[in-house]
Amino acid sequence: MKLTVNGKPVEAQAGETLLTVLRREGVHVPTLCHMEGMLPSGACRICVVEVEGQANLIPSCSFPAAEGMKILSNSPRVINARRTVVELLLGSHPDDCLYCAKQPTCDLNRLSRDYGVTSRRFPVTRKKKPLDISSPSISRDPDKCILCGKCVRVCEEVQSVACIDFVKRGSDSFIGCAFDSSLNVSSCINCGQCINVCPTGALMEKSDIQPVMDALADKNKYVVVQHAPSISVSLAEEFGLPAGSDVNGVMTAAFRKMGFKAVFDTSFAADLTIMEEASELAHRIKNGGALPMFTSCSPGWIKFIETFYPEMLPNLSTCKSPQQMLGAMIKTYYAKKQGLNPAKMVSVSVMPCTAKKFEVTRPEMGRDGYPDIDAVLTTRELAQMLRIYGIDLKTLQPEEPDMPFGDRSTAGKLFGASGGVMEAALRTAHFLLTGKELGTLKVEAVRGQAGIKEAKLKIGALEAGVAAVSGLGNARKLIDEIKNGRKDLHFIEIMTCPGGCINGGGQPFARNKAAIVERMRALYNIDATEKLRTSHANKAVQSLYKDFLGKPLGEKSHHLLHTKYSKRKAADVA
Amino acid sequence: MSAPSKVDKVLENYNFAKRDKLIPILQDVQAADGYISKPAALKVAKHLNIPASKVFGVATFYNQFRFKPVGKYHIMICRGTACHVKGSAAVLKMCEEVLGIKAGDTTRDGLFSIEVVACIGACGLAPVISVNGEFHAKVTADKLRRLVEDFKKAENSNGK
Repeated sequence: MKLTVNGKPVEAQAGETLLTVLRREGVHVPTLCHMEGMLPSGACRICVVEVEGQANLIPSCSFPAAEGMKILSNSPRVINARRTVVELLLGSHPDDCLYCAKQPTCDLNRLSRDYGVTSRRFPVTRKKKPLDISSPSISRDPDKCILCGKCVRVCEEVQSVACIDFVKRGSDSFIGCAFDSSLNVSSCINCGQCINVCPTGALMEKSDIQPVMDALADKNKYVVVQHAPSISVSLAEEFGLPAGSDVNGVMTAAFRKMGFKAVFDTSFAADLTIMEEASELAHRIKNGGALPMFTSCSPGWIKFIETFYPEMLPNLSTCKSPQQMLGAMIKTYYAKKQGLNPAKMVSVSVMPCTAKKFEVTRPEMGRDGYPDIDAVLTTRELAQMLRIYGIDLKTLQPEEPDMPFGDRSTAGKLFGASGGVMEAALRTAHFLLTGKELGTLKVEAVRGQAGIKEAKLKIGALEAGVAAVSGLGNARKLIDEIKNGRKDLHFIEIMTCPGGCINGGGQPFARNKAAIVERMRALYNIDATEKLRTSHANKAVQSLYKDFLGKPLGEKSHHLLHTKYSKRKAADVA
Repeated sequence: MSAPSKVDKVLENYNFAKRDKLIPILQDVQAADGYISKPAALKVAKHLNIPASKVFGVATFYNQFRFKPVGKYHIMICRGTACHVKGSAAVLKMCEEVLGIKAGDTTRDGLFSIEVVACIGACGLAPVISVNGEFHAKVTADKLRRLVEDFKKAENSNGK
């Protein structure tokens, strides 16, 4: 169909919204409540346009294109309406922007700048609500909320957790948990996807920068750091470099500059996880254990299954996540080897994830009264720390990580993308079960952005059914199929965040989904260009078994690398 | 298994119900229990297979639902047009100040609760309130304060 935009003829398909058409034509239309790839909600009205013959302004995000429409996207009436929307939002928004951690990525602030709003036109009328800092992962400031509803939608429609919703009505309405409880007692899984979609500073990660800086300044502390597989391919975006740039070497150098005594790669522990998890899978297949086996790397998913599907817990791998495996190794094996007192060690991890902040507080993740990991920083917090310490990544020379936890295979690195754990595990499980390597090693079927990826694979005599799932709404779908009798799957990778850790709740705020695709591509590129591509061939992992652990699923592994789960109560789940 | 609660009995009338029955169910639960308790809301959520946050969101949207049991003295304040013109806003404000609670709430001792209603059909008596069904006509803020004091006194002497 044909229509005109600002006098210029354009083409559109039936069923497209005006916003889609306008953006394709390069016309910038601001949005606050719009979510790429999801149904429109039309809540914020900042995207209004004028359509000839229509008495009122039209929200372009939710209005379908029609033949012959004449659209004005920047008429005086449109601009005035948008400015008024911003002014009305500011009328119930605090103006502590100077101290707001969301700067400079706040959408509301950007809009008020773009539309030339220079003063507060409407007095603040909204009643103050208290901060919710009850969660170890997420802090909520209801005063900064503009009620766009994106957090509610991502929590319900993407993650199928739905621990928050609109409460009350009209000018009294706010976003809250059931019974207005705090986040920590709700079914919130700490994934932080709500943070990533929040246009303002209403939702932020709970910052752990200060305790880490205090530890670095303390001469009596021995501070070590580990960084997750996806950090090196996402950190660069915080410093204006293109999405998908890999800064692994200079990041290692930067850690040393900040004063970390040792820099370890969590991807090494991912290889270790694969040795344990692939052995566990082989053991379950040989001995009739609970199948399909679910992966256990993603702490949001762990809390999800404990809360919503406790009856499926026997299917969950008993392996700790790579972060917790390395945490346990650092304060036992490494401490002993270096002659360090674990009580004086501070083990920091940099993760793409807010749920990791919760995971380290689980009482089973430590021994002798101290936790295995003392503090978790998100990618965003690491970037902030680099700015505080005045470290410019561009001026640094790449450095190598510290042994004995520095070498990794590309299989471990793939953990950062959805399907990566599966691919790494299949490479090793195939080797363990048949004694031979898995073809070209690449398992295309579990790569890419799709929410549920399935494959059938021959491992010796076994026709293995595998699936890689990301986004817990997708996990719920698959679990319900399994509960309804589906039996063809043996091994299922589940990542909490859509696309995996590269899209975690602690990652740099991505303007669009293309950035996430680039981060994924960077990990695949590492796998395509390096030589060491299987976890079982990692010499550092082999010598850890030889020196200390014995064998996968052995007694030391059982105590240090495996854990157990239990049914979890939440204030909003009967 | 404990004996089925009033809420269980309500839910028995809604076998195989979908989420569109949420409001009628909440109304029946409130009629049976006097309010929507947390356990009741959780049961309703489970019955309809919807999140508790959704049940709470819908229930708080409407003024008709309460989340605490009504007090021994349940004060309904009319905020209809006639009462509004005659000053019911000041009456409500005084009531909230004297009792230290907001409309829809119940005092901690369980004695008083306030409910705002749109019109109780006694516009000739505006502004009008009803306490446990008994109407009080042409109420001023001052008159209401004295009324509440009288109830408190009565309670104190009962206690002795």
